[in-house]
Amino acid sequence: MTPLLNKFSFTEKKDTRSGFGAGLSELGKSNPNVVALCADLTGSLKMDAFQKAHPERFFQVGIAEANMMGIAAGLTIGGKIPFTGTFANFSTGRVYDQIRQSIAYSHKNVKICASHAGLTLGEDGATHQILEDIGLMKMLPGMVVINPCDYNQTKAATLAIAAHHGPVYLRFGRPAVGNFTPADQKFEIGKAVHLNEGKDVTIIATGHLVWKAIEAADALEKKGISVDLINIHTIKPLDTDAILKSVTKTKCVVTAEEHQMNGGLGDSVTQFLSRSLPVPQEYVAVNDSFGESGTPDELMVKYGLDAANIIQAAEKVIKRK
Amino acid sequence: MDNLKDLELLCTQVRRDIVRMVHAVSSGHPGGSLGCVEYFVALYKSVLKYDASKFSMDGKGEDLFFLSNGHISPVYYSVLSRSGFFPVKELNTFRKLNTRLQGHPTTHEGLPGIRIASGSLGQGMSVAIGAAITKKLNNDSGIIFSLHGDGELQEGQIWEAAMYAAANKIDNYIATIDYNGRQIDGDVDNVLSLGNLKAKFEAFGWTTLEIENGNNLEAVIKGLNNAKIYLGKGKPIVILMRTEMGMGVDYMMGTHKWHGSAPNDEQLQKALAQLPETVGDY
Repeated sequence: MTPLLNKFSFTEKKDTRSGFGAGLSELGKSNPNVVALCADLTGSLKMDAFQKAHPERFFQVGIAEANMMGIAAGLTIGGKIPFTGTFANFSTGRVYDQIRQSIAYSHKNVKICASHAGLTLGEDGATHQILEDIGLMKMLPGMVVINPCDYNQTKAATLAIAAHHGPVYLRFGRPAVGNFTPADQKFEIGKAVHLNEGKDVTIIATGHLVWKAIEAADALEKKGISVDLINIHTIKPLDTDAILKSVTKTKCVVTAEEHQMNGGLGDSVTQFLSRSLPVPQEYVAVNDSFGESGTPDELMVKYGLDAANIIQAAEKVIKRK
Repeated sequence: MDNLKDLELLCTQVRRDIVRMVHAVSSGHPGGSLGCVEYFVALYKSVLKYDASKFSMDGKGEDLFFLSNGHISPVYYSVLSRSGFFPVKELNTFRKLNTRLQGHPTTHEGLPGIRIASGSLGQGMSVAIGAAITKKLNNDSGIIFSLHGDGELQEGQIWEAAMYAAANKIDNYIATIDYNGRQIDGDVDNVLSLGNLKAKFEAFGWTTLEIENGNNLEAVIKGLNNAKIYLGKGKPIVILMRTEMGMGVDYMMGTHKWHGSAPNDEQLQKALAQLPETVGDY
C-alpha cells in the first residue's frame, strides 16, 4: 500500500485566497462580463491584480457590504457577472437579508466570494472567525455553496463558478496550506473528489480539513485501517452518489470541517444518509462555540479540528458499527 | 403620451383596482399605493421607454424601473397590467395561492415587468445603482428610475447607497421619494424624524429636486421630465415627491391607519362610490 502522504505531496504552501485572486485575474482576461466589487479589503482578498488590469470593471464600494450586495444584484441586470469580495463574516451574516431577497430569491447571477473563513483567520479572534456561514448560505434555496481545500482547487472553483448561472457562495481562507491538488484537475460543481479507496471507514472532509484528513488517513492506514477518503468541495449541491457509494462499502462515516457542527457539511451528510443509508457518524467540527485569538495551528488543536481528532473520530466510529 | 384627460381617468381606475385588490384578500397596503398612482401612471404611460410585449430581464436599450418599497405592489401591478405586461384580469389573483402577483413583488414567479424582489426595505437603491453601472458599461443610454418610501429612508443601506452614487457619479439614475410623511406606526416625524431631507440629500451630493404635488398627474409628468435635464451631469438625481397617503378615498387620507389595512365590504363600497369605473374593472 502506497503511503497516502506520498500520493499527495506538495512542493509549496499557498493561501486559498490567492487561488481566488489568480482565478479572478484569469477571468478578467477571458470573460469581459466578469466584474468585481470589494468592500475595502482588496489586498486581503487578493483582488489587486484584477483591479489593476481592469479598473473599469472593478468597484470599490467602501465599508458598506449591504450596498455591495445590492449593487451586485443590480449589475446582473444587463448581463454582468459580479464577484463580490470581503471576509466571510461580512459576506454572509452581516448581509443575510440583502443576499436572501436581492440575490437568492431574485435568482441573480452573483458570486459571493468570502475569505478569512473559520478559525484559521487566527489572531483577529471570534468577531471575525465566522463558523456559521456554510449553514447560513446552504439554507438559501438555489444557493450553491463551495469550500475548496487548497490554492489550485480554489483557482479552479473561481473559474468554474463564472460558467455556472445562478448565485454561488465561494468560501476560502487566509493561511498558507499545502497545495496538493493537481493544477490541471477539472473542477466540477457538485462533484466530489475521491482521494483514496478504502473499506473500513469513510472520511468526508472539506476546505482546510482536507489536508488534515489526508494526514489522518495516512496514520490510520499505517495502523492497518483502510480509509475511503472524499474531498467534498461543494457542500450544496451535495454529491450524494459519491457518499452513498463510499458508505455502502464502509458502513460508517466521519465528517470534518472548519465550521459549526450545526449547519455544516456534517449536517448535510447526516440529512442525506438518515434517509438513504443510516450509519454511525462522528463529526469533527466546532461544537456550539465561538472561537478566540491565537495562531491558526493553536486554534485548530484547541477546538478539535486537527488530524488527531479525525483519527480519534475514525477509530470511535468503526467501533460503533 | 396619451391624452392627459385619459390618463387622469386611468388614475381613477387604478385606484379602483387597488382598493378592490386589497379588499378581495383582506390584506395588503392600500395607503401608499393610492398615494403613488400618479407617479406610476406618469412613469409607465409617459416617461419610461420600454416594450411591454418584449419584456426581458436584461432590458437592454430600455429604461428600467425598480420599486424599493415593495409593499405598494397593488399600484405597481395595476399599472403594469394596464401597460400591457400581463393580462388585467390577473389582478384578481393578487396575494392568492399560486399567483404571480405575490404580496410583495418578486421575479420568482416570472411576472413580466419585475426585475428584483422587494419588500424587505432599503435595498432598491443599491440594486438601481448596480443596474445603472451596467447600463454605462454596456454603453446603453437607458435611464434607471427607482421609487422609495420616506419611512424606508430610516434604513441605513439607503445612505450607503446614496454615498456611493454621488462619489461614483451615477448620473444615469433618477430616484424618487414618496414623501407622504407617514409610515405604518404613525407620522414619520413621530416615529423617527428624517430631519431636513432635502439638505441631507444635497449634503450627500445629489441633485435634489421636488414635486410639490405628487398627486397632480401633470405636475408629476413635468417633474420627471424636468429631472431628465440633469442626467449626465456627474450627479445622481433625487426627486422629493409630496403625496397624500390614501389619496382618492376620503377616509383613508390624513392618517397612517390605512398603510397596511384592507377595507371591509362596507368600506369598499364607500371607497368605490368615490372612484367611478372609467376604463373597465378587471
